[in-house]
Amino acid sequence: MAGLATTFGSGAMTNSINEIEAAEVILVSGSNTTEAHPQVARRIYAAKDRGAKLIVIDPRRTAIARLADLHLALKPGSDIPLINGLMKVILDENLADDLFIELRTENFFALRDYLYRLDLAEVYRQTGVAPEELRRAALLYGRAGKAVICYCLGVTQHVCGTANVEVLANLAMLTGNVEKEDAGVDPLRGQNNVQGACDMGALPGMLPGYQPVTDPEARQRFAAAWGVEPPAWPGRTLLAMTHGREPDSGDGPVSKSDSPAAKPGGAGGADQPGQPDPASGIRALLIMGENPLLSDPDLNGVAENFRRLDFLAVSDIFLTETAAQADVVFPAACFAEKDGCFTNTERRVQLISRAVAPPGQAKSDLEIIAALSQQLGYPMDYQSAAEVMEEIALLTPIYGGIYHDRLAGGWGLQWPCWDRQHPGTPYLHKYYFTRGRGRFAVAEHQPPAESTDADYPLLLNTGRVYHHYHTGSMTRHSAILNRECRHPLLQINPADARARQIAGGEAVRLISRRGEVEFKAELSQQVPPGMVYGNFHFAEAPINQLTTTASDRRARCPEYKICAVRLEKAGGDEGRRP
Amino acid sequence: MNAVPRDRVRENVFTICPYCGCGCGLYLRCEGDQVVGVLPSRHHPVSRGNLCVKGWQLPEVIQHPARLTSPLRRKNGRLEPVSWDEALAYCAAELGRIGAEHGPEALGVLASAKCTCEENYLLQKFARAVLKTNNIDHCARL
Ligand code: SF4
Repeated sequence: MAGLATTFGSGAMTNSINEIEAAEVILVSGSNTTEAHPQVARRIYAAKDRGAKLIVIDPRRTAIARLADLHLALKPGSDIPLINGLMKVILDENLADDLFIELRTENFFALRDYLYRLDLAEVYRQTGVAPEELRRAALLYGRAGKAVICYCLGVTQHVCGTANVEVLANLAMLTGNVEKEDAGVDPLRGQNNVQGACDMGALPGMLPGYQPVTDPEARQRFAAAWGVEPPAWPGRTLLAMTHGREPDSGDGPVSKSDSPAAKPGGAGGADQPGQPDPASGIRALLIMGENPLLSDPDLNGVAENFRRLDFLAVSDIFLTETAAQADVVFPAACFAEKDGCFTNTERRVQLISRAVAPPGQAKSDLEIIAALSQQLGYPMDYQSAAEVMEEIALLTPIYGGIYHDRLAGGWGLQWPCWDRQHPGTPYLHKYYFTRGRGRFAVAEHQPPAESTDADYPLLLNTGRVYHHYHTGSMTRHSAILNRECRHPLLQINPADARARQIAGGEAVRLISRRGEVEFKAELSQQVPPGMVYGNFHFAEAPINQLTTTASDRRARCPEYKICAVRLEKAGGDEGRRP
Repeated sequence: MNAVPRDRVRENVFTICPYCGCGCGLYLRCEGDQVVGVLPSRHHPVSRGNLCVKGWQLPEVIQHPARLTSPLRRKNGRLEPVSWDEALAYCAAELGRIGAEHGPEALGVLASAKCTCEENYLLQKFARAVLKTNNIDHCARL
């Protein structure tokens, strides 16, 4: 969530989930909330029942979009001009919060100058959203006393994902919808502990609590506790590891120093002694509970890279596609068989408790890591997860007051929680932004990395369904969830289907520059003509064989949401009637 | 079969749904070492008496017969059950060997948004303090 970090200084959801219920206007962007975040959708419905207005920005007519007072069906990848257009109308109508801008933000004049020059006719051409609609949305959002923006991967999984987030943050600051309860900018985290994994420093450039590895003082603190100093230069990102190289960037060559996560520390940087040659590859991977052979973009590229590895170790609860390729597999305990904490999307750190024993010889990942570490000559003698959390609290200021004994019996604590007396923080940026002043950032339209052409005339959009979760490694093992949602479906607009003589339920083949996958066709008005939509939960239709690794330059988030494809009947040419 | 230690036998165990970022609070209904049902927490600030279909179906996934129950090691191209000692020693030896031959930057670690904070913390500590690399990431962006 690099965009929020550059604007506000912190990349987490600014509100609590329940605050959404009290908002006057809710703007949902690139989130199929009903299916991906059911409880957030429930709060949005409750707010609507109370009379709140809902604006949805999504190329697809999703369930939440059908409920919206205003659905802006923009062209995929045109979020930036759309939000810039909204801001221009808000400025023109004098709906900006001048006092907030004056007291709490910086760089406003750069944005204002840019917006003055912005041509709304051009915005219409880029987004396909009619000027009247844009105006209605701007007035709705601009006049609200308390407005919340919720966004999800539909915003971040683009080559311009970071800038997409920045413009949303700009919009909130322009109208003063940040510092208060029931108003803010809320990235909805997809998986249950994404927030926690980021907080804990499972990031190549960050130690726990977002302390950069390039900061010598931070490294010293960890060295004092660990007896070993962490390396001073940022490591490789997920895609660099699973693809064996840094991903292509949508806008020119990847330069390490552009990425905030990879910023070299002061004079050190590239001249650091021992800094590796970026061309040398990964030879061994240790993977805990992930399934990159189904979840990563350009799967054929991942599979090829995995074959080149000297060694692959996987710890998981099922034999996933990735575990099946491993040299050694550790059977892991699932959430019901261990103690520990999950941090949800509203930064709430919550305790989970062991209810039953793991099956057979399975062990918790905590035990597995400690045992490996012991073998490699670095003993980790923790008696319990609670003891690990005590070490975390000592080294991670935002978790400074989070201990298992405080979490037990309550509903968790929302970070930042600085010390044992601190009650936790339901909403962020009260009185001041984490970075001091909120910074306006000017962003211009950036076309998707891959556009359609005569050979690949359709755009593919990917996402999740209500019944399944991520790569389905867990949910696909439920008979009921599978009965409700068994087949990998591809949504096609009826007009596109007619042009290719495809009927509903028919087998179709989807082809991109990187691979091809078979689906069952579902004719649906939910997708506009020119676009198809599929889910990534299904091993039998690994949609990520099609997607691109083109990534946002700063967040390294791949552009899952858009790639160019061609659609055929699965029978090929023979199946087509003359 | 591991028995649940006596002191851990409880009727309803409060925990958090492992699926989406909402983080619903729920009770696992246990009989012995079986999870037999789920109840949403009525007063939990997120679930407020409600779960989505994924949360309700948790017991079946926890007790699924396809769960991995033994460490596996590839021998002659096939994954075969081995002891923990063998699996751990083999993994540690390989990580150690490759790290020594090609430098720590040839090693990579993927953490998980499905594991706990403590496990993610320990894994990044393992990467940084033991393997001596910052090559650690997880799929936040996916
Ligand atoms: S029950 Fe459903 S909404 Fe609640 S955390 Fe689980 S997956 Fe998310």
